[in-house]
Amino acid sequence: MELSPLLNFSPAELTAIRLSLKVALLAVATSLPLGVLVAVILARGRFWGRELLDVLVHLPLILPPVVTGYVLLLLFGRNGPLGRFLADSLGIVFAFRWTGAALASAVMGFPLMVRAIRLSVEAVDRRLEDAAGTLGASPAWVFLTVTLPLVLPGIIAGAILGFARSMGEFGATITFVSNIPGETQTLPTAIYVLTQVPGGDAAALRLTVVSVLLSTAALFASEFASRRVARRVVGL
Amino acid sequence: MSLEVDILRRLGDFTLEARFATDGRLTALFGRSGAGKTTLVNLIAGLLRPERGRIVVDGRVLVDTDRGIHVPKHRRRIGYVFQESRLFPHLTVRQNLLYGRWFTPAAARREELDRVVALLGIGPFLERGPALLSGGERQRVAIGRALLASPRLLLMDEPLASLDEARKSEILPYVERLRDELQVPIVYVSHSIPEVTRLATTMVLLSHGAVAAVGQVAEIMGRVDLFPLTGRYEAGAVLEMRVAAHDERYELTTLKASVGELRVPRIAAAIGAPLRVHIRARDVVLGIAPPEGLSALNVLAGRIAELGPLDGPIVDVRVALDGESLLARVTRLTIDRLALAPGRPVFAIIKSIALDRRSLGKIQPASEKIDVDEITL
Repeated sequence: MELSPLLNFSPAELTAIRLSLKVALLAVATSLPLGVLVAVILARGRFWGRELLDVLVHLPLILPPVVTGYVLLLLFGRNGPLGRFLADSLGIVFAFRWTGAALASAVMGFPLMVRAIRLSVEAVDRRLEDAAGTLGASPAWVFLTVTLPLVLPGIIAGAILGFARSMGEFGATITFVSNIPGETQTLPTAIYVLTQVPGGDAAALRLTVVSVLLSTAALFASEFASRRVARRVVGL
Repeated sequence: MSLEVDILRRLGDFTLEARFATDGRLTALFGRSGAGKTTLVNLIAGLLRPERGRIVVDGRVLVDTDRGIHVPKHRRRIGYVFQESRLFPHLTVRQNLLYGRWFTPAAARREELDRVVALLGIGPFLERGPALLSGGERQRVAIGRALLASPRLLLMDEPLASLDEARKSEILPYVERLRDELQVPIVYVSHSIPEVTRLATTMVLLSHGAVAAVGQVAEIMGRVDLFPLTGRYEAGAVLEMRVAAHDERYELTTLKASVGELRVPRIAAAIGAPLRVHIRARDVVLGIAPPEGLSALNVLAGRIAELGPLDGPIVDVRVALDGESLLARVTRLTIDRLALAPGRPVFAIIKSIALDRRSLGKIQPASEKIDVDEITL
């Protein structure tokens, strides 16, 4: 079998791959700290409105992605209340930019990320935190030196899930930032477009293989990292 | 050092209302399960807040609800050794040990890693993870971790409860060393009379959320009226004696005090070493004449000081021996047959076999240093 059609990437395809990785990495990197914070609040917090926050975080999981994308467009579009504010005050523009694709990916991956981290926070033995307190560690130090290291496997799992979700994001992205080659055209949208044009089959297949490889690699990386960290966390 | 506690705390329908002061080197909080011992140490450590009250350690007010003072746990500098060691699983033994030290202001650091490691014999596994340690080793590391934070007071909440007998006797000598060699006063929670009589200088007796008695161990253990609280099975007097001689042929050791002599199975302790002997009331036989033709080796002469309540088959008797007390448990029938009454001269007979290593504890003045191998009983 001739392999060259499978390896013969066009510049446009390489751009889509690079862009997908860039979008996914930015989405995970920016949403991870917030994800940890929300997971801790949901796992530990006892306040009015906790259930509301829980529902809000899970919304992107249950809404059709197109709806999420449209809500993002309404809020963060050029004329949306948040979009205009961010553009005027900080110069951050999401609409039809790759940063908008990252925002859509982050929002869609957020519930998965929070769920993974939250399970891990709930599993932390709080008596260890008490012990750290009696040893002189303030609550902030207890969080940094005991809670966070023990939650690390969950954070890694959450980050990888978020990354994988981001690599596959389609509906919200195409609704919010459209499908502009070189700016917002990620792997899934590129594959979709290629399947719609005559003669695009070979290219669609190439990108599909890349997509499968990247997702599998992410899964392996997360398994490997989790296992290493888990060994450490149980004290072996 | 001194500890003053006067607190009220409600937990569901349980109320802890405790008031006591102690300046002992090792104060035992003794009581049955549910008496409120752990609640009390959690209040001292700052893991719980009292509804009302005051806690003062060495003149430093940690809690005073009237003045709105509640020092948070991480600023109290009170060490805590928990029942389950609670070592940090993500850190090595060495990192666990140094954890609290890192948060201790440099000027307040009293303990050095090398010294604590040597004291507790934990050198061989410094680089290991806590999961690979045995229960006894974990507890020693937990003690070392608390000590290296240079606490003003060390709380130990039944540190031996989760260990089997062999591990318990492995740890006890280390606790004795802490008490005798370090500056830090200890509050030791226990529901085991052998542990308390062996380790404690002072005893706080808790019952149903209230303090029933506070005082020297020998004094509390000698009180017939407290038997229902100290536990009838283990109840008995505590005598302080010295090693007088070893009999190599029969492998016996003679202990001496002003009350007389006791012979016990050979123990490894130097001549002159002070020992604390716990003589359970159930192991003491009373006679009104000097015994003859009896296998028991130990006979102490005294007078009956006090009889316990005469309302059941069994009566507790306190025998005065030259300023000290011995307790005996006999049947009410015996009381009547021998006409036992306060003032009557009696002979107390104790089987040597009853005095095993659980009954004997080392005591050592703080100034003297002893090698731990030498005192293994």
